[in-house]
Amino acid sequence: MKKLLLAASAASLLAGMWLAPAQAEYLKEHRGGTIRLLARSAAGTLDPHINYTDQGWQMYQPIYDGLVAFRKAEGMDGFTIVPDLAEALPEVTNDGKTFTFKLRKGIKFSNGQDLGVKDVVASFQRIYKISGPTSGTFYAGIVGADKCLADTKSCTLEGGVVGDEAAGTITINITKPDAELLYKLALPHAVVLPADTPAEDMGSKPIPSTGAYMISAFDPNKGMTVSRNPNFKQWSEEAQPDGYPDVVQYDYGLSEEAAVTAIQNGEADWMYDALPSDRLGELGSKSMDQLHISPLSAWWYAPLNTRLAPFDNEKARQAVAYAVDRNTLVKLFGGKVLASPVCQVLPPDFPGHEDYCPFTKNPGAKWSAPDLDKAKQLVEESGTKGQKVTIIAEDTAISRSIGVYLQSVLTSIGYVADVKPISSNIQFTYIQNTNNKVQMSITQWYKDYPAASDFLNILFSCASFREGSDASINIAGFCDKDIDAKMQKALDLGVTDQPAADKLWAEIDKQVTDKAPAVGLFTPKRLDFVSKRVGNFKFNRQFNWMITQSWVQ
Amino acid sequence: MSNQAVAMPRKTRGPWAVAFAKLATDRAAMASLAVFLLIVLACLSAPLYAKWAGTDPFASTLDAVIQIDGADVPVMEQSTEGLGLGYTPIGPTWRLGNYFLGADSQGRDVMARMLYGGLSSLLISGAATIFTLIIGTLAGLIAGYFGGITDTVLSRFLDVLWAFPIYLLAISLSIVTITQGISIGPIEIESGSLWLPVIIIGIVYIPYVARPIRGQVLSLRSSEFVFAAINLGVPGWRILWRDILPNITTTLIVFVPLMMALNMLTESALSFLSIGVQPPAASWGTIIQDGQALLYTRPLVALVPGLAIAVCVMTLNVFGDGLRDALDPRSKVRLGRD
Repeated sequence: MKKLLLAASAASLLAGMWLAPAQAEYLKEHRGGTIRLLARSAAGTLDPHINYTDQGWQMYQPIYDGLVAFRKAEGMDGFTIVPDLAEALPEVTNDGKTFTFKLRKGIKFSNGQDLGVKDVVASFQRIYKISGPTSGTFYAGIVGADKCLADTKSCTLEGGVVGDEAAGTITINITKPDAELLYKLALPHAVVLPADTPAEDMGSKPIPSTGAYMISAFDPNKGMTVSRNPNFKQWSEEAQPDGYPDVVQYDYGLSEEAAVTAIQNGEADWMYDALPSDRLGELGSKSMDQLHISPLSAWWYAPLNTRLAPFDNEKARQAVAYAVDRNTLVKLFGGKVLASPVCQVLPPDFPGHEDYCPFTKNPGAKWSAPDLDKAKQLVEESGTKGQKVTIIAEDTAISRSIGVYLQSVLTSIGYVADVKPISSNIQFTYIQNTNNKVQMSITQWYKDYPAASDFLNILFSCASFREGSDASINIAGFCDKDIDAKMQKALDLGVTDQPAADKLWAEIDKQVTDKAPAVGLFTPKRLDFVSKRVGNFKFNRQFNWMITQSWVQ
Repeated sequence: MSNQAVAMPRKTRGPWAVAFAKLATDRAAMASLAVFLLIVLACLSAPLYAKWAGTDPFASTLDAVIQIDGADVPVMEQSTEGLGLGYTPIGPTWRLGNYFLGADSQGRDVMARMLYGGLSSLLISGAATIFTLIIGTLAGLIAGYFGGITDTVLSRFLDVLWAFPIYLLAISLSIVTITQGISIGPIEIESGSLWLPVIIIGIVYIPYVARPIRGQVLSLRSSEFVFAAINLGVPGWRILWRDILPNITTTLIVFVPLMMALNMLTESALSFLSIGVQPPAASWGTIIQDGQALLYTRPLVALVPGLAIAVCVMTLNVFGDGLRDALDPRSKVRLGRD
């Protein structure tokens, strides 16, 4: 314990002199105890190379490490990339196509195995061997990835990820410069696991980890126990800081209402799921000091199918954008404290964001009020009046409410609209598949990493549209060759001049917004409700609340 | 002179008159019928109520403001304390025509939606009952009367249908049809149509009617009057129509309220799961679903439709029992699987 404290203090000294005494003092004073978390259900598989959920990614932060990591810091600082298992940020050569990392020494997995170069190489191969959900997108640019994607089982990534045991280096070669590579390497899908980890979805079986904590028990129907990794010695407070609680107990199965009551009674410390809307007023007035409101880089939007009538007509799409009262939607989400009206794609405070709203009573930077007259006029001009529109919503209270509201709006501007709420388990894939002929839907997009392309390129590029596929994330089916070319240009520019690239992304954001392939509804905020005993609440913009950086005693 | 009185033939009442007289004396059944009819009448008045109240029960009215005792009151009240989080719909005003039962999370008048919802629930359960009785009776009559391969095929088909848990089958059918509707040859039912839940509920309960009917027909088939008709060369369809059907009419009549109660429960369950009546249309099940998110602040939104369903089902069951006693006290008809 003493050693650990010393290590933590030393790291703090390196990170910043002002932090050192406070961090050491806090660790001494608040270390220990069990923090109890609640969620309605588990986040799916435990395998960090496969799990693609907010809930899972948040929990992996104190458990797994990659070569680099998003800084474990509050607010926007959480978007900064810092070296994690690598000693430093990589040396970039070969015109931005080769990244060389030097692996730290002396790091052990929670099972006692030493971390080595072979583990890193094997982990990258595993991303393809298990057909990881982002293997064909985020990591498709690594040399040899094409072969791995074609034949997953015999993936070697030859020439793509090269390890040098003697030098302790890992070299990653990519086919063309990628300004976002380090972000992608800092995601849980690229964490380093022991080389002998089976190349299959590990499901409910915990995989040894390098972080401050390890998963010691997991039952998808009951809960997960996360305890201290006995082999962990803090090497970087920025990348993988030591945590305060000894144990994180994550229990599943309680409804949101019951979870709120449990936290109020001090039987639990936090809940993952959104707070039930009928408790907001009470909590906002009686438990203010236990609530934390944090901005999110996210977008609630209604994709309009640009390949199906009536929204294959640009004027019809713009009419809907003019007609929607964002204030009403904000109200449905819980009020102005929890959401802000929005017209454009990129969320506020995001790279490339410049306030823009053409679809409002007084077009300009911000949305002010719906313009129903203009909307009706556009519907008339488009010649689509009286056409039938079906809105596909999720079967959740909020999504259903928004669906019902949008149905009213469409009816008021001259369409014959109806709304179908379908199970949240299938809605997201259902609305992507063109075979289902979805005209309009309600969905959300939360950033993977802080880059404009994660919204604009992923949601609206021609390449993101796949006919008849459940994985056609360009739900609107929007494809504009000029905008596509500009996006490619912005991606290339990002390698050499990120600020200039962000300016270009801002322009693209405006152009996409003008074409209205989707109606921006609002930007949500995260509302965390914690028990009275939780201290040091810190919200990281990349992975939300840093669970183990809070104390319970 | 003889003073002997002439014996006059005694006027006897028909079986229907006897049954009605017996039913009329069953106070529980008659009270249940009266309550049920009152609910039906109230639901039928839904459009009139909405017009009178000046409310659109299907449109979101989140910004609406109503007058109570001369004061303007927003339908959705924002919390003004602390962080000012969330909006709460207005509670019951107990004033008819002015949000009597309060508003739901879309700011809609719950009373108006209750009446429209009741109309949908009654319509669907009633129509599904008729559908089930027609198809179930036909299947039971044909299987029981013709026997042989016809009976085997029909009975096995009914067995397959019977083997599925009712709700599982109804949910599966609903999920399959909810987004695309039904399109079989010339029959086309759009998704969102009330006919979809009618047909789905109607289908899943067919064995519940067809099997007891088949049993009765089998028994009637071996009775002397049917033998006599067959030996006289009367065609099969005529025997079914003139001799057998009248003898199972009482069973069918008893089935009506009991099936309707079952169908109402099934419809509510499907609508509660978002796979029955589709928003913004209302049924008691969808209103309970809407109210689920308001249980803490406005419990009446979920409680009132729940109570309405419970009252309707109870009155239908009590009336159904009375009807069975009145029409066929020795009936062995059961709706369960036992």
